[in-house]
Amino acid sequence: MEITARSLWTLIHGMGFGALYLLACSGVLIELYRRYSPKSECPISPRDEKFLKVYLVAMAALAWITVLTGTYIIYPWYRAVAPVGTVNLAGFPQMLLKSSPHTIGWHSLGMEWKEHVAWLVPISITMAAAVFVRYGRNLRSQPQLRAAVLCFTLTSFLAAGIAGFFGAMLVKNAPVEGGRVIHLMHGE
Amino acid sequence: MNKPAPSVPANSAGLPNGSGAAAILAAGIGSFMVAVLAIAADNSAAVKSLLNFYRPSGPLSGVTTTAVLVWLIAWGILDWRWRSRTVALGRINALALVLLGLSLLLTFPPIADLF
Repeated sequence: MEITARSLWTLIHGMGFGALYLLACSGVLIELYRRYSPKSECPISPRDEKFLKVYLVAMAALAWITVLTGTYIIYPWYRAVAPVGTVNLAGFPQMLLKSSPHTIGWHSLGMEWKEHVAWLVPISITMAAAVFVRYGRNLRSQPQLRAAVLCFTLTSFLAAGIAGFFGAMLVKNAPVEGGRVIHLMHGE
Repeated sequence: MNKPAPSVPANSAGLPNGSGAAAILAAGIGSFMVAVLAIAADNSAAVKSLLNFYRPSGPLSGVTTTAVLVWLIAWGILDWRWRSRTVALGRINALALVLLGLSLLLTFPPIADLF
């Protein structure tokens, strides 16, 4: 069993950071919607408040790490240009997708959308984290602030979902492969 | 530009909402910039070349770096102006959400290609 370095980075970016962000997002949406609602009668302890502050800051860090690894580590491998005359485009995912009318859409719609929409995620969640760190439990008495934080967090969830979906489909149709081969274990 | 944001009475907690409003509007502006710069780079060879900050990633590096810089600068300026004030958040929220919605739409290639 082995994996290439590029494949491993793609896994870390998508299955590690990206998927973890999506999971974390669902948790924070429920917490902000239920516990910080002006109608909620559930008391908020300083410990709960601190937990959510740390949680949101960690989510923002996760979002930044995800887009930065995507843009500066994986994307250059994806868009690498094959030398003239190259027949096997396996190491050049963008060119491989563009070489067939059956797969070009995964690049022209999927990657083109993913590479830009993903950047709405760190911007939105950093805002949400900053507002929550400043206002904390006071969001209950500031329903408009809470509503904006919820809307931006929900949009970040949607944008991360779009990026994640197309990321998975791109890997399925034209995986980013190459680099050092890492042996995970030896078979029987 | 110098026109102050409309003020409203402070909330029951007494914490001015200006700082939050600044973060919200700046996030809307930053998101919108991602979409606008992506369209600009797609339509103009000069802009595309100008935004090619890091060759292996192409214009995406410049589009996102510039949008993030605009976002942070807008956030800094708005926070500096609104920090100690309570502003009419309804209109600011509406504007920020319109910008965010437009960002989602304008990054969608079939819509971006209309420009």
